Amino acid sequence: MFDLDRWREIFQSINKNRLRSVMSGFTVAFAILLFTLLFGIVSGLSNSFKSVFNDDAQNSMFVRVWKTSKPYKGLQTGRGVQLRNEEYNFVKEEYANKIQYQSARIYKNVSIKYKSNADNYALRAVHPDHQFLEKTIIDEGRYINNRDLKEKSKVIVIGRLIKRDLFGKKPALSKRVNINGSSFLIIGVFSDEGGDNEERQAYMPVTTAQMMYGNNDYISQINLGYNPNLSLDAAIAFGNKMERDLRQKMNIHPDDQSALSVRNMAEANKGVGQFMFVLYLIVIFVGSGTLIAGIIGISNIMIFVIKERTKEFGIRKALGAKPSSIVGMVVQESVLITTIAGYLGLSLGTYILSLIGNSLEEGYFIKDPSVSPEIVMGATIVLIISGLIAGYVPAKRAANIKPIVALRAD
Amino acid sequence: MIKIEKLHKSYPIGKDSLHVLKGIDLHIKEGEFVSIMGSSGSGKSTLLNIVGLLDIHDKGDYYLNNQLVKNMNEKKAAILRNKFLGFVFQSFNLISYKTALENVALPLYYKGMKRKDRLKVALEYLEKVGLKDWANHLPNELSGGQKQRVAIARALVTKPKVVLADEPTGALDSTTSDSVMDLLKEINNEGMTVFVITHEEEIAEQTKRIVRLKDGIIISDKLTKVV
Repeated sequence: MFDLDRWREIFQSINKNRLRSVMSGFTVAFAILLFTLLFGIVSGLSNSFKSVFNDDAQNSMFVRVWKTSKPYKGLQTGRGVQLRNEEYNFVKEEYANKIQYQSARIYKNVSIKYKSNADNYALRAVHPDHQFLEKTIIDEGRYINNRDLKEKSKVIVIGRLIKRDLFGKKPALSKRVNINGSSFLIIGVFSDEGGDNEERQAYMPVTTAQMMYGNNDYISQINLGYNPNLSLDAAIAFGNKMERDLRQKMNIHPDDQSALSVRNMAEANKGVGQFMFVLYLIVIFVGSGTLIAGIIGISNIMIFVIKERTKEFGIRKALGAKPSSIVGMVVQESVLITTIAGYLGLSLGTYILSLIGNSLEEGYFIKDPSVSPEIVMGATIVLIISGLIAGYVPAKRAANIKPIVALRAD
Repeated sequence: MIKIEKLHKSYPIGKDSLHVLKGIDLHIKEGEFVSIMGSSGSGKSTLLNIVGLLDIHDKGDYYLNNQLVKNMNEKKAAILRNKFLGFVFQSFNLISYKTALENVALPLYYKGMKRKDRLKVALEYLEKVGLKDWANHLPNELSGGQKQRVAIARALVTKPKVVLADEPTGALDSTTSDSVMDLLKEINNEGMTVFVITHEEEIAEQTKRIVRLKDGIIISDKLTKVV
């Protein structure tokens, strides 16, 4: 309902009573400012946590093997454990509906040579899904695909820094490099947010590596991305089950962590999630406390303001104002002041957060403190509602005072 | 226009109650110029408040414009006040942050008239009370008599059936009192019912009918020689 006359009345009343409007606005602005800063700083903390885990996909899991530490079924301690394609396929078939991405990994250190430039780099032989598990960003060309796997192609995807080392500023795509005596075609260049080490990696198809290094079916590690529809608890249960099944299948003692273990990001996520949850609970508690203090502040001022205006309301009623029109006027004025003041507080808070920026990242573990649009929307709604309440309760009381009582007030 | 039968009103004072109006019968016809006289505590202000729908009575019947006033809620009362009644108070009761023109236009705002129209009408009424040149002044820039004339213009602007004036000259000196009374007489001559409350004999004598109140009952009801 847009009533120009009503707005005119409100602006006149605000304008003619600037001090009290500014006073009531200030309370709200200050409360929202504190709220914004608090929320921004905590979201900065949360960003720091997230960035720590940002290298790999949030849902990643991997199966690692080493040496047995417990005797089992007549097998001795200290036996080396080797994953093979068999285990890879077992996982793939057994848990198909719980897995989003799956890749094997074979670790090798290789010497890569292009013309006169050569250096040693870490190499991972992988399946195509590995791109998503590692969050590899393809800058040029493409990643390894299923055809490469099938044909055991001698192709390689190199990190941005390998390209810089070997090719400088010249193009690397479709060039051939020499790896341990074989010629490989560069099919892609990638970058990775995980840091320099991740960008000095090279990827080749897992089948090519198996053929090149001993012509076997060994793999070093199985990497998985669990189905993101699984809850954290279900994902953790899945990891534990897979661990048990694989140990049983490979004749490993059920409790032998050293021989075979499944590392599950779901567990870490759960820990961080719980920590952030508690942190947010605290913030919501303190933040809403601040907001409530602000609301109480404006309510107090509104009570005072309305007391001061009781006589005016009495006059208006004698002239034919309905109680609802008095209440409406006061509430609208109060909502207007809270919204504007709250918006100012919010803007100031956001501005301060942007000034602080990343200067707190080192030492205070706060990265990119900011408030999300949802929080801004939420705070705005809270403001409008609090303006409504702050105005409505005292206005309703004032409007119900009998006109003669109101007229007698001074 | 106004018909009151056996009207009673009492106010609670602590545990007791103060019986202010003890059975008032009064009939005011359209176009009358009536004054209610009485010392303080006689119940004259209470009577005006009830007639003005600013307060509610306990017992008896009150007909305003042949309509029985009963179980009146604030909203209905507000509509009736706006439609039938105009108020003039002893302390003027102008809104301090509004100009004379805006004060006069306010009842029209509650009537739902457009801003342009109501300012035009309000200016006509200010002209009628001789304050056209003061239209854009705030109340604190006006003298007492001027304020009361603004208040009278405000009371008239909705073309009410009855103008209720509570000690309209109580805060004014005798010269300005006369000019205010002249204005009320002029309004009455145009056919408006005017209902004045006063404790001053010389004010009451300028009206056409004097009703004397004492301790909550009417002790005399006479036409004056003005008639």
